[in-house]
Amino acid sequence: MIEIDAITKSYDQTVVVDHVTLTIEPSSVCAVVGTSGSGKTTLLRMINRLVEPTSGAIRIDGEDTRNTHAYELRRKIGYAIQGHGLFPHRSVGQNIATVPKLLGWDKDKTRARVTELLELFQLDPAQFRDRLPRELSGGQQQRVGVARALAAKPNILLMDEPFGALDPVIRSKAQEDLLTIQRQFETTIVLVTHDMEEAIHLGDKIAVMDEGKLLQFASPQQIISKPATPFVAELIGTGERPFKLLSLARVGKFVEPGSAEGDPIDISATLRDAYAELLWSGRAALPVSEKGQVIGKITLDQLSSHARPQ
Amino acid sequence: MRPGIIVRLIAFAVLLTFLIAPDLFEPFFGMLTKNGQPAIYNQGSLLDLTLNHLAIVFAATFAATLIAVSLAILVTRPFGVEFLPLSRSLANIGQTFPPVAVLALAVPVLGFGTAPTLVALFLYGLLPIFENTLTGLVNLPGTVAEAAKGVGMTWAQRLFKIELPLALPVILAGVRLSTVISLATATIGSTVAARTLGEVIIAGLTSNNTAFVLQGGLIVGVLAVLIYDSLAALERWLMARTGQAKRAAA
Repeated sequence: MIEIDAITKSYDQTVVVDHVTLTIEPSSVCAVVGTSGSGKTTLLRMINRLVEPTSGAIRIDGEDTRNTHAYELRRKIGYAIQGHGLFPHRSVGQNIATVPKLLGWDKDKTRARVTELLELFQLDPAQFRDRLPRELSGGQQQRVGVARALAAKPNILLMDEPFGALDPVIRSKAQEDLLTIQRQFETTIVLVTHDMEEAIHLGDKIAVMDEGKLLQFASPQQIISKPATPFVAELIGTGERPFKLLSLARVGKFVEPGSAEGDPIDISATLRDAYAELLWSGRAALPVSEKGQVIGKITLDQLSSHARPQ
Repeated sequence: MRPGIIVRLIAFAVLLTFLIAPDLFEPFFGMLTKNGQPAIYNQGSLLDLTLNHLAIVFAATFAATLIAVSLAILVTRPFGVEFLPLSRSLANIGQTFPPVAVLALAVPVLGFGTAPTLVALFLYGLLPIFENTLTGLVNLPGTVAEAAKGVGMTWAQRLFKIELPLALPVILAGVRLSTVISLATATIGSTVAARTLGEVIIAGLTSNNTAFVLQGGLIVGVLAVLIYDSLAALERWLMARTGQAKRAAA
């Protein structure tokens, strides 16, 4: 659990982060959204003390972060940034092994962990371990960046626009991978992004920031249906609201008995995907399949009722 | 093998032959002499002079590297930033002061011989190394510096494992400039009785012997080109190895 308690950062007269208080539950994903200059990155960087707060406190599992050396604190917290920040003179394997090495893990354990992570991120260890970062594609570099952040099995992972430099196709793949890994290791993730779509997709909770202030801290559903300020509403985009709500739920929860005509949709698809498919094919209902078997249907009427605040 | 390398290897072989057995070249240099002057320098061993010349240059450059790099590290740390302008102007003064003037000023304090030459070369060599180290340390990619901090490296670990290795090619470019400047400048050390190749040139000038002047000049010139090229090759290799092919040497 990360407790951020009335944290403030000011440079001279400028207040960058202004009395922000929020609590991030263990094993959850918290997305911090805001425009550039909103203070979201500064807030993130205060958690691992890359920026020292002017006032207020941050506690991790009840322990004030100021009680440990900054560098020791950072070794326990994964940190992944936009443009990956890989060390260009060190191989992929050495990059990933950075924190285990700092923590004094023995060689075999470190090597095994590097292998494990490379496999987890679908990079063949035999092929990638000894390559230099510049020999990798942008998507591969980004994955190595996240692998490095996770190397010492941190409970907390901080991410600053980690997918910002990726093209849309690779980005959505990277987002899916991140969610899979997050569920597997139950890591607490704090992720900074300017993209509300990404925040809604990844976040269990969303913190919206503007001009250093926390405007709203709530679940994606609440943010979409009850935006706290006009600015939050603007970030979501009023024309997008129904679709964003639909994108939060999966087909599986809304299956009705029965069947329908045409190609089925998978149970893991979002309601938004289902809605798009209904509109596109001009049908009133879709068959729903699980592992290739049709198990029921989902109807346009039902979707419509979920596209507004409950 | 590339033609460039072959030319350099030949130049090195010829230089070595000349230093070990200069008499072999007597017919060539004989064409430049008048009135039965000696064609080959005869007031000492050319090999000894060359080795001594190189020793002075390397000692001065080594000391300059040590001091300049330490100074650059110091002024790029948070506690040293205030000294950045001061150290810059100090290194600049070292560069603007003509080496001859440094020699002249150093002789009354240090006496004749090698010492004043070492001091002049040392002062003269500081600036390129200092400026390049500064460039190398300051111009690290921002995300790399950020990541090094973010993973929990201490300042010493960041310096020795990340910043210096990445800045090394640029630092080396400074050392290369410094070495080559010193190689040439060391010749004037002979005016205050340092044993360098300047002796050969001065002997030639005072006795109006073109062959001597040319010998001294050629040895220094070829040495400078060869050392410059080998250091440049080392830089390129380091650049490639540290994955920064695109970072240009200043």
